[in-house]
Amino acid sequence: MPHALAVEGLEKRYGPVRALKGVDLAVEEGELVGLLGPNGAGKSTLVKIAAGLVRPTRGRAEIAGSRAGSRAARAGLGYLAELFRFPGWYSADEVLELHQRLARSNGGAAERTRLLELVALADARDRRVDGMSKGMQQRLGVAQALVGSPRVLLLDEPTSALDPVGRRTVRLLLEELRTRGVSVLLNSHLLSEIELVCDRVAILLAGELVAAGSPAELSRPRGIELETEEGVRTVEGASREDAPRLVAEAVAAGRKVYGVRVLTSTLEETYLEAVGGETS
Amino acid sequence: MSAVLTIAGYGFREAVRRKVFAVVLVLTAVFLFLFWLASHYVFGQLSSISPPADVHVDTRTFAGAFLLGLAMFATLFLGVVLAVFLTLGVVSGDAERGLLQPLVVRPVGRATLLLSRFLGAGIVCVVYVLAVYGIALGIIDAAGHWTPPAIAAPGLELAGGVVIVIALSLVGSVVLSSTANGIAIFMLFGAGLVAGLLGTIGHALNSHTIQHASTIAAWALPFEALYQDGLRLISGSATGVTSFLLQLGPFGGAYIHGWQIRVWAAAYLAIALAVALLAFRRRDL
Repeated sequence: MPHALAVEGLEKRYGPVRALKGVDLAVEEGELVGLLGPNGAGKSTLVKIAAGLVRPTRGRAEIAGSRAGSRAARAGLGYLAELFRFPGWYSADEVLELHQRLARSNGGAAERTRLLELVALADARDRRVDGMSKGMQQRLGVAQALVGSPRVLLLDEPTSALDPVGRRTVRLLLEELRTRGVSVLLNSHLLSEIELVCDRVAILLAGELVAAGSPAELSRPRGIELETEEGVRTVEGASREDAPRLVAEAVAAGRKVYGVRVLTSTLEETYLEAVGGETS
Repeated sequence: MSAVLTIAGYGFREAVRRKVFAVVLVLTAVFLFLFWLASHYVFGQLSSISPPADVHVDTRTFAGAFLLGLAMFATLFLGVVLAVFLTLGVVSGDAERGLLQPLVVRPVGRATLLLSRFLGAGIVCVVYVLAVYGIALGIIDAAGHWTPPAIAAPGLELAGGVVIVIALSLVGSVVLSSTANGIAIFMLFGAGLVAGLLGTIGHALNSHTIQHASTIAAWALPFEALYQDGLRLISGSATGVTSFLLQLGPFGGAYIHGWQIRVWAAAYLAIALAVALLAFRRRDL
């Protein structure tokens, strides 16, 4: 069974700039993987290579076993670009209809209605793109990416222009997609969003993969905080599994234990540690 | 086929929205009115023109061929304006605006996308050129009761010339920004016209160097050669001094003509399209 998305030794040069320096990454069926990294880390380049918009200098990128950019790969793919625009004179319904034709989707009006409802744009069905807010256009972009029920979804900053309610709509949508077995590569700057919905997280820095794992794995234990009559003591390096033993030892030593807390680093702390405070 | 029609329709709607057709139609209406006015007065005063008795000039044929040559030049120019504005930003322009990426990732593919845009622009421009050429023929026939010896072929050659410009503009749209592409295509068009006029001057002065330069330009820019061949065909009935006088003017006709240039024009079009497809296939978006 091929990976939903697989990149191996992926390199991309733009003249003298090496945007990607041999990245390996796989997204399994029904998995939601978040891509993190500072500006210029190569996240959008990776997503564009997977979408077949950019040719890799070296390495391999495949969608469900087919070379990225090939007709077979594009047939099962949904993509939302970071910077995109729809013709301003099209209505929301017409945009989706155009993409239905190009994706050879036979979902008809029912599919369009369902997608517009999914992104909370049912009331704006006949509104022209010109008359939509940036957030509405972005939600329409998400709906467009879902035309034809793709098995793999590449979302490049899908919530960058959304308000908190819009972000929640997209987050719920992603969770629903996961239950349907859709694989998603989500490129976002919003750590909290990634932490909430993603099964795994990959952190890119200067074109290299510097960390990868589930949010829980990346949120490493920082120790156990034990509160006794002597005050609060931190046992560094201890994990959740060590908590009962530490409490038992304290009690055996005649201490009164008032509280115990497992300390873990947040994804944000892990991210900042991985990228070394880089922003671009 | 459905995808081809969808994309061609998409380009058509974009052109309507950007008022490309509105501008071209207004310009065309102005031109056709002025052309009717000119034809009306020229043919109305034809009887008052009296060349020397020993010089036999067929004034009706001269006036008809000259006016139709002028109409063909204007039709080619307007056709090129339409062609360029329909295609100058098909790749770079749309990619810069973020319009292209959502379309390219769809299963239709880049080749279908580009060829559909070519087909859409080609159909619009061919219909436009043939319509304007046909109306100009009608005006001359109504005003001066003159028709050229060849009717269909010159119009088709004009349309063919515009189709070649569309292909060149598509190549430019892959490698240049919209503005640079528009400038480049209009400069190529201008260079072609100047080369054609140089050929006329070269033959009038019997300058082999100028003739040679004009010949090279005609093969390098076959849209100009097709237009010149069209001019040759409409003045085919002129003989003697009438033909000589027409040859001296700006609408004198081709010195490179016949099936060779037509076959080369078709091959040139195929090569230009192949280059555009290859360049688009390799282009990062």
